[in-house]
Amino acid sequence: MRPLDLDYMLGLVPVLLKYVPLTLAMASVAMVLALVLASLMAIIRVMKVPVLDGFTRFFISFFRGTPLLVQLFLFYYGLPQVFSFLTAINGVTAAVMGLTLHFAAYMAESIRAAIVGVDRSQWEASLSVGMTTAQMMRRIILPQAARVAAPTLVNYFVDMIKSTSLAFTLGVTELMGATQKEAAGSFLYFEAFILVALIYWAIVETLTVLQRRLEIRLGKAHAR
Amino acid sequence: MISVRGLTKRYGANTVLDGIDLDIGEGERVAVIGSSGTGKSTLLRCLNFLEKPDEGDIRIGDISVDARTASAAEQRRVRRHTSFVFQNYALFANKTALENIAEGLITVRGWPKEEAHARARDILSTIGLADRGESYPAALSGGQQQRVGIGRAMAADAELMLIDEPTSALDPEWIDEVLQLLKKIADARQTMLIVTHEMQFARDIADRVIFMDGGRIIEQGPPAHMFKDPSDPRTRAFLRKVL
Ligand SMILES: Nc1ncnc2c1ncn2[C@@H]1O[C@H](COP(=O)(O)OP(=O)(O)OP(=O)(O)O)[C@@H](O)[C@H]1O
Ligand SMILES: [Mg+2]
Repeated sequence: MRPLDLDYMLGLVPVLLKYVPLTLAMASVAMVLALVLASLMAIIRVMKVPVLDGFTRFFISFFRGTPLLVQLFLFYYGLPQVFSFLTAINGVTAAVMGLTLHFAAYMAESIRAAIVGVDRSQWEASLSVGMTTAQMMRRIILPQAARVAAPTLVNYFVDMIKSTSLAFTLGVTELMGATQKEAAGSFLYFEAFILVALIYWAIVETLTVLQRRLEIRLGKAHAR
Repeated sequence: MISVRGLTKRYGANTVLDGIDLDIGEGERVAVIGSSGTGKSTLLRCLNFLEKPDEGDIRIGDISVDARTASAAEQRRVRRHTSFVFQNYALFANKTALENIAEGLITVRGWPKEEAHARARDILSTIGLADRGESYPAALSGGQQQRVGIGRAMAADAELMLIDEPTSALDPEWIDEVLQLLKKIADARQTMLIVTHEMQFARDIADRVIFMDGGRIIEQGPPAHMFKDPSDPRTRAFLRKVL
């Protein structure tokens, strides 16, 4: 066993931290897009909108049924060969697209379950005062479903942050890609990867604290 | 003036409302009584389009819809003119008492938030909950929740208030406060159609009592007649059981 090169690790910290914003940005943009898409798909499924419901089921089935890495390669390397207008797509865009669609498929099912779980009386009360379906969803049903779905959705966000590391297979120099490059230069693979592991871990732990705050805030409606 | 003709609702082969004809004058307070499963709730729910009637015409003031062809917009228009008080309160769980009352004014009638909240605060004092406006439903007692439910219906300022067994889900200790509030609203001559098992209350507030059985109106009349001297044997049998 050789001793850890702590000086190297310490020196690497600021180098790698520079890539944290890109990782967070990719995950955040993909999360926001995925939330919007997942909510739409969940509503389509709950309301059983003709045609779109079938399409949504198919979409969800595909993106849950195939590996994220395969999907990313398909977007980045595959699709541009078929659709020439996609040739200009860069790795970051392809990664965000892939993450969005992949996680939207999972999140749609969680949101759908949460919507269905909202008590029937909430729908009837909304309709009885004369709301449109859209108003009912936006003002009454979705906020209550959000409270139920929030813990699961934060878990998906955690998963998403970690999954951004796959973008390095598309040639994106994000946190994982940068670590790989540094390690290849120094041959200190253990130091580099344990450090990047700690950085991911710290991000996720921070998020967990925020999650608890969010849940307290959303739980307000049921507190005394 | 509300006028209902031939209102019919079937669940499969089960005819739950069998061609109901009903006129309710402005300011009239009508109580509906009858055994369980005779279509009382279904009647109220059809008038609010919470259930879509299979047939029938509904006229409320100057709006008139044919149940068979009622569009989503027409159904909403009917709902705006008929407020509903639910047996289980059905308050919006993510809204405070104040917001529950103001919600329809803001979302459906497009009032500015400040005006809607001002109106909601007035109603909160009327229902005796001026100090609980910021409370969420989960923090209120059953009686308080039902009073907010009634407050929400009051805010709608509807031609007809539909009230379905407002005290049936309540612990006995809360029943009185809710009945008193309803009495206050009845005394203000709010047009209402109320399903209730509280016979004394029906006798107190109603101008007319309707007895339903098997999806039909069997007999109706002023409470003095209905409770003392009903003509139909089915009405007599029912009243013998409950009085
Ligand atoms: N969604 C439904 N599907 C099928 N049948 C229904 C449905 N809702 C009501 N019914 C049936 O319609 C009949 C009338 O029900 P309704 O709830 O109107 O009775 P009610 O007079 O209000 O009774 P209660 O006094 O118990 O509240 C019952 O036989 C009931 O089983
Ligand atoms: Mg009933």
